[in-house]
Amino acid sequence: MDLADGGHQQGKPRSEPTTPYLLVLPSAAYLVLFVFYPMVQAVLLSVTEPRTGTFTLEHLRRMVTDLHFWPALRYTVLITALAVPIQAALALAMALLINTRFPGHPYFLYVCAIPLAVSDLAAGLIWLSLFTERGYLNAILLRVGLLSSPFNFLSYESPGWLVGAIVATEVWRATAIVMVVLVAGLQLIPRDYAETAAVFGASAWRTLWHVTLPLLRSSLQTALIIRTVLAFQLFATVVTLSGRLVPVLAGETYFWYSLYRNPHVASAYATLVLLLSAAVTWVYLRTLRTPEEAA
Amino acid sequence: MSLRRLAVYAAALTLSAWVLAPIGLIGLAAVTSREQLYRWPRPLWPQPITLDTLAFFLRQEGVLRALGNSLVVAGLTILLATALSAPAGYALARYPFRGREAVQLGLLTTKMFPATALAVPLAVAFLRWGLYDTLVGVALVHTALSVPFVVLIVASVFRGVSPELEEAAMSLGCNRLQAFWKVTLPMALPGLAAAAIFTFILSWNEVFAATLLTVNHRTLPALLVHSVVAEGAPLHYRYAGGFFLVLPALVIIFLIRRYLLTLWGVTVR
Repeated sequence: MDLADGGHQQGKPRSEPTTPYLLVLPSAAYLVLFVFYPMVQAVLLSVTEPRTGTFTLEHLRRMVTDLHFWPALRYTVLITALAVPIQAALALAMALLINTRFPGHPYFLYVCAIPLAVSDLAAGLIWLSLFTERGYLNAILLRVGLLSSPFNFLSYESPGWLVGAIVATEVWRATAIVMVVLVAGLQLIPRDYAETAAVFGASAWRTLWHVTLPLLRSSLQTALIIRTVLAFQLFATVVTLSGRLVPVLAGETYFWYSLYRNPHVASAYATLVLLLSAAVTWVYLRTLRTPEEAA
Repeated sequence: MSLRRLAVYAAALTLSAWVLAPIGLIGLAAVTSREQLYRWPRPLWPQPITLDTLAFFLRQEGVLRALGNSLVVAGLTILLATALSAPAGYALARYPFRGREAVQLGLLTTKMFPATALAVPLAVAFLRWGLYDTLVGVALVHTALSVPFVVLIVASVFRGVSPELEEAAMSLGCNRLQAFWKVTLPMALPGLAAAAIFTFILSWNEVFAATLLTVNHRTLPALLVHSVVAEGAPLHYRYAGGFFLVLPALVIIFLIRRYLLTLWGVTVR
């Protein structure tokens, strides 16, 4: 880097020490203004008295004592805890199927990836057409003779079904991103590992359990943590399917800002989402760093 | 062996049906008449197939404008995000500079911070800056959300273009800028187009920030959230809305199906 022709071997450009910084600067400045500044602002708003500008814990108190707060926290965690393992299992099944390279697997990959382009709002509306009282699920249950009058899956009287519908929608929508991570991870595993295991007489199951899965561990971790962080943003699926019957953190942020016109309590919710995401990100960075340090 | 193959196909078909059936059903609901959507017993197949529900949706006040707004916001976001991310991506791909790791760590961190947390403080700030309830404001937020992803995509695109070609051009008398303009950029264009498409999908699908930041200039997702949550829009409106949200995304993802894995694979690294 210090010699003019030092970059030959990797084709590094000759040293122009300020150029990379100038290239990175615009996007870095932009992210500071539109990501880091609002993050700080969210924290400040949640502890500032609007008229006097002094420090107050009043907004946090209002958030915590609100009727919807604990249910929102509980439901956010519950839906995440139910959806993420199912997503992981389904995505693993998809990825392993793709990895067998059966004829037609490119089409299968494409089909499995379609939900990548579907928003949480669209997914909520799609599954509403199944679960609503006059929806396709009731129509099919009637057709096969399991029902005579429509059952309301999305009512406060059946919270189990309500959560089930949200989890199904989340699984349908977000399995794709987990699948992409796992397919990419599987491609990094040399094929001869599994072949060697087969030569030594390991069954397909044992190969999967003792060879493939351990090698896939870091991809699996990445995928799970991405999903967990994204789960704190759970909003449109829940709102379209349940309104406010199932409160969630992001939903409460929206209601406090748009309905109650209170940016301070809304900011308190935003800060909570921020802290939870940061906590998971911290775990993410730690788990990512471990293999590098070990190597 | 053939039994195993049968099992593979059966599993693949089942999983495909799981993904495709709901999309098929919303399509079906969108071409069913309003009267049949509310009837019990509810017919599975629309008889006859009708475009009334879709036409009804498009005729509702604000829908066409919201569609237009979504396209404008996505267009602005693509321009801004590309202009900001392309240089940074190039730097990450080509220069071994000090602080490179820090930049990558910063990108990883910003990727993790959700629109959910940013939308409220930005709404407050935008009120002060005169950007609240403007399409530019929404585009600015969508740009912030997409820059970390686009930088990574662009970096991987430029890594795919051999630096030796650039050096050859420079040894033949081009300066660095000319070499980039005449050699690297043309070769990177398809990849940059893919990055633009990724940005489009991100912006088109973004719900939360758009909902909080607009009142009179809603994007399509923001309009749908507002009509569903605040106004209790009827079922056929919701189905048609869902259908129009999914349609462009489906078309686009079909067009770029070959790059799907690379595109999204890069962003989750």
